[in-house]
Amino acid sequence: MSVQEIPKELESHLKPPLLFGSGRGRVLTIFIMVLLFALPMLAWGMGNQFYLDFSSRIVCLAIAAVSLNLILGYGGLVSFGHAAFVGIGAYAVGIPAYHGYESAWLHFPLAMFAAALFALVTGAISLRTKGVYFIMITMAFAQMAYYFFLSLEEYGGDDGMTLWDRSDFGFIDISNKLTFFMLAYVLLAVCICLTFKIVHSRFGMVLRGCNSNEARMKALGYNTYAYRLTAYVISGAMCGLAGALIGNLQDFVTTDTMTWTRSGELMFMVILGGAGSLFGPVLGAIVFLLLEEILSAYTIHWHLPFGAFLIFCVLFVKGGMNGLVTRDWITGSKQGEK
Amino acid sequence: MSKTLLKVESLKKTFGGVVATDDVSFDVQLNEIHAVIGPNGAGKTTLITQLFGEQLPDAGSVFFQGENITRLATNKRSAKGLARSFQITSVFFDFSVLDNVALAVQAHKGHSFKFWQAATTEIELRQAAMDALHKVKLDKRASMKASELSHGERRQLEIAMALATNPVFLLLDEPMAGMGAEESASMFGLLKSLKEQRAILLVEHDMDVVFGLADRISVLVYGRLIATGTPDEIRRNPQVREAYLGEE
Amino acid sequence: MSTLFLIQLLNGLQLGVLLFLLAAGLTLVFGIMDFVNLAHGSLYMIGAFICASLTFWTGSFVWGVVLAIPIVAGVGFLFEVIVVRHLYASNHLDHVLATFGIILIADTLVQLAWGPEGIAIPLPEYLSGQVEILPGIIFPTFRLVIISSGLLIAAGLYWLITYTKLGMLIRAGASNRTMVSALGVDIKTLFAGVFALGAVLAGIAGMLISPITEATIGMGNDIIITAFVVIIVGGIGSMKGAFIAAILIGIIDTLGRSFLKDILAVFIESASAETAGPALSSMLIYIIMAIVLALRPQGLFPPKVR
Repeated sequence: MSVQEIPKELESHLKPPLLFGSGRGRVLTIFIMVLLFALPMLAWGMGNQFYLDFSSRIVCLAIAAVSLNLILGYGGLVSFGHAAFVGIGAYAVGIPAYHGYESAWLHFPLAMFAAALFALVTGAISLRTKGVYFIMITMAFAQMAYYFFLSLEEYGGDDGMTLWDRSDFGFIDISNKLTFFMLAYVLLAVCICLTFKIVHSRFGMVLRGCNSNEARMKALGYNTYAYRLTAYVISGAMCGLAGALIGNLQDFVTTDTMTWTRSGELMFMVILGGAGSLFGPVLGAIVFLLLEEILSAYTIHWHLPFGAFLIFCVLFVKGGMNGLVTRDWITGSKQGEK
Repeated sequence: MSKTLLKVESLKKTFGGVVATDDVSFDVQLNEIHAVIGPNGAGKTTLITQLFGEQLPDAGSVFFQGENITRLATNKRSAKGLARSFQITSVFFDFSVLDNVALAVQAHKGHSFKFWQAATTEIELRQAAMDALHKVKLDKRASMKASELSHGERRQLEIAMALATNPVFLLLDEPMAGMGAEESASMFGLLKSLKEQRAILLVEHDMDVVFGLADRISVLVYGRLIATGTPDEIRRNPQVREAYLGEE
Repeated sequence: MSTLFLIQLLNGLQLGVLLFLLAAGLTLVFGIMDFVNLAHGSLYMIGAFICASLTFWTGSFVWGVVLAIPIVAGVGFLFEVIVVRHLYASNHLDHVLATFGIILIADTLVQLAWGPEGIAIPLPEYLSGQVEILPGIIFPTFRLVIISSGLLIAAGLYWLITYTKLGMLIRAGASNRTMVSALGVDIKTLFAGVFALGAVLAGIAGMLISPITEATIGMGNDIIITAFVVIIVGGIGSMKGAFIAAILIGIIDTLGRSFLKDILAVFIESASAETAGPALSSMLIYIIMAIVLALRPQGLFPPKVR
C-alpha cells in the first residue's frame, strides 16, 4: 500500500473501527469474553466437568448466533431457517464418520461447504422475495432439510446417529473436553473477528445500507440481491461450522438440532443480545442457555416462563440486552458500538 | 448546439384501469434544468419511478444518451449516469453524514466485494464524499448522524448523495419540500450551479423556484403532458392557466 | 392401482381442505392486519383439545365440535386483545418472536391442562364406518365428512368475503386501513373479529383431524409450516390462492408419498428408489414451492396491490 498524504480535514474522519466498540459497553464486553473463557477453566480446575460442557454449548451456539446476526442484525434479513445450517453441519460430521472418515480436515470444511451450498441455493430463491415471504420461505426450506435428513433411514432417520469418535484433528484431541472447549472458543473469537471485519468493510457498509434503505441502495447503483446473497452464504457457512462443533459436542447427530423451534431459539438469542451488535449474540446465547438451565431445574414446564419472557422482551426491551447495557438511561438514547 | 440526454417517448402506465401516465413524451438536454409541474395526483411520482426502473411502463420507451433503457434494472441505470433524490428524505439514518455519502461514492469507485479493509479508512472514498459535502455546504456536519440533521440539511444530504455518483442526469424530486425560506434560498443557488455539464429534471411544487430555475417546463395533468415550453411560454399558455395556474 | 390412486386422491383432497382451513386464517390475518402469526398452529391444537374434552363431556363428537367453536373463537379473541393487538405497529420480526413465545406458552398450558399424552377422540358409529362411494371403492365416512365440511366452509368464506358487509370491510381493511376507520367502523373490533374467525377456522381443522390422529401437544407446529407453504404458493393475502394451493399441495404431498417410490423405480434401480423415494417425497412440496417462487416470487395469485 502506497503511503498517501492525508488531507487535514479528513484526519478526524478516518478512524478505524474498534473491535470492542467505544461506548461504555466496551469494558463489559471484554469482561464477559474473559469470563466466558476463565469460568469454565476454573470449573474444570476444580474438577467440575458439567460447567465445561455447558460452556462449550454456549460457545457453539454463540457461533451460530453470531452467524445469524450477520444477516439478521446487520443485513436485516429475518431468516427463520438457521437451524438447518446447524443440522447440515452436524450431518457433515456424522455421515462421513459413519463411513469411516474421521478427519476433522474433511468434516469441518465439508460442513461449511455443504451449508454454504444450501444457503446459496435456498438463498437464491428466497432472497427474490421480501418481508414476510422471506421469513416463511426460509422456514419452509429449513423444514425441507429437516424432512430430508429425517427420511434417511441409513443415517438413523428419526433416531439420529451416534458419533463414536469425535472429529480427528491430528495434532489436538477434541474428545478431551477441555481441548474441545478451547477449540470452540478460538473459533468463536475467529468468527467474531471475521464478522467485525466484514461489517466494517465496503461489503458490510453495503449490507447495512440494504438493511437501512433498499430503494436508496438500488438508486445508488447497487445490486442489492447479489450482496445479500453473498452475506447469506457467508452466514450459512459460519453456521455450518457451528453445526460441526455441535455434532461433536453432543457425540450424537439428530434432526432434533434442526427443527424450526431451534431456529426460533437462535433468533431469540440474537434479539436478546441485541441484533446488529457484534458481541450481542454471545451475550444472548449466555443468557438464553443460563435461563434455560435455571428454569428447567425448577420446573419441567419451564417453557411457560420462558415464553412469557420472550414476549416481554419483544414488547418492552428494544435493542436487546446489549441495548440495555449501552443505553444512556438519562437521555434515553443509545450510544456505543454499531 | 444542445445535446439530448434523456428522451421519453409515448410512455404509458395504467393501474387497474386508472391511467397514471398517458402517452407522455419529452426530453431533457445537456446543461438544462427541465421542470415537471402539475397538481397533486398528476402522476409525477409514477413518471419518475418509470424513468428509474422502479416501475416498468406498459408501453413507450425511455432513451438515455441514445440507448434504450426502458427495461434496465434500477441499479444499472445508476452506472449509466442517472441519479435521483427522493421526495421523502431517503438517507441512511443510522449512518453518519459522511458515511452516507461515502456509500454513494463507493457504488461507482471500484467494486464492493471487499470484505477486509474498513471502509471508513479508505481515503479515496472519504475524500470524494467530503468533496460532495462541500458542494452542498454540509461538510461541517460530516461526523453527525444523518438522523440528527435538520430537515433542510437532510434534503442537502440527499443531493450530496446523488452528486457523489457523478451523474450526468440528475432527477430532483421536490428538493425544496418542507424547507424554510433561508434554506430554500441556499438550495436555489446550489441547484443553479449544478446544471453545468449535466441535465436536471426537477419536480417541484414551489412555483417561484420552478419559474426561476427552469429552462423549460412541462405541465402534467392527469397523467398527460398538456404543455412544454420556456417559463414565459408556459405562463402565457391558456390551457395551463386553466388547468393549473388558474386555481391559484 | 387406479382404485388406490382414486383413494389417495381423496386422501390428498382431505389434507388439502384441512390445509385450507389453516391457511385461510393465516392469510386473512396477514392480508388484513399485516400480522405474521406463527402461533396459528397453537389454535389448531387448542381446538382439538377443547373438542376432545367436550366430546367426552357431552358424549358426542358433534356436540363437542359445536360447543368448541365459540370457545376457540373466544380464545382467539382474547389472544388478539392481550398480545397481538400491541404488535400491529411493530415489524414482522417482533411478530414472529412474540408468537413463537406464544407457542411455547400454549404447548405448556395444554400439557398442564390435559397432560402430556395424546387424546383420541371417539367417533359416533354413523361416522366411523366406511362407505362405497363408487363400485369397488370404499372410503372412510369420516374422511368424506372432513372433505365436505371443508368445502362447505370454503364456500361460506367465499360468500362472506364477496357478498357481505363484513366481507367488504375485510377487503377494504386490506387495501386501505385509514379509510375503514374514517368510515366510522371500529377497526379494533373488526381486527379482533377477523382474528377470532381465523382462530375458529384453525380450531375446526384441529377438531376434524384429531379423531384420526389424536390430539397431541405440538400437533400444530409441523402442519403450520405446510400451511405457510400453501400461502406462499397461493400468494399471501389471497383467499382464492390459499384454496387452490391448499388442494394442490394436499394432493401432491399425499400422492408423492404413496407413488413417488414406484415412479422412481421405473427410472432407477429399485434399491436407490427405495432410499430416494421417501427423501424426495418428503421434500416434494418444498421443491414445488421453490419452483413456483423462482417463476413467480409473489405466488400464483398475488392479491392486487394498489
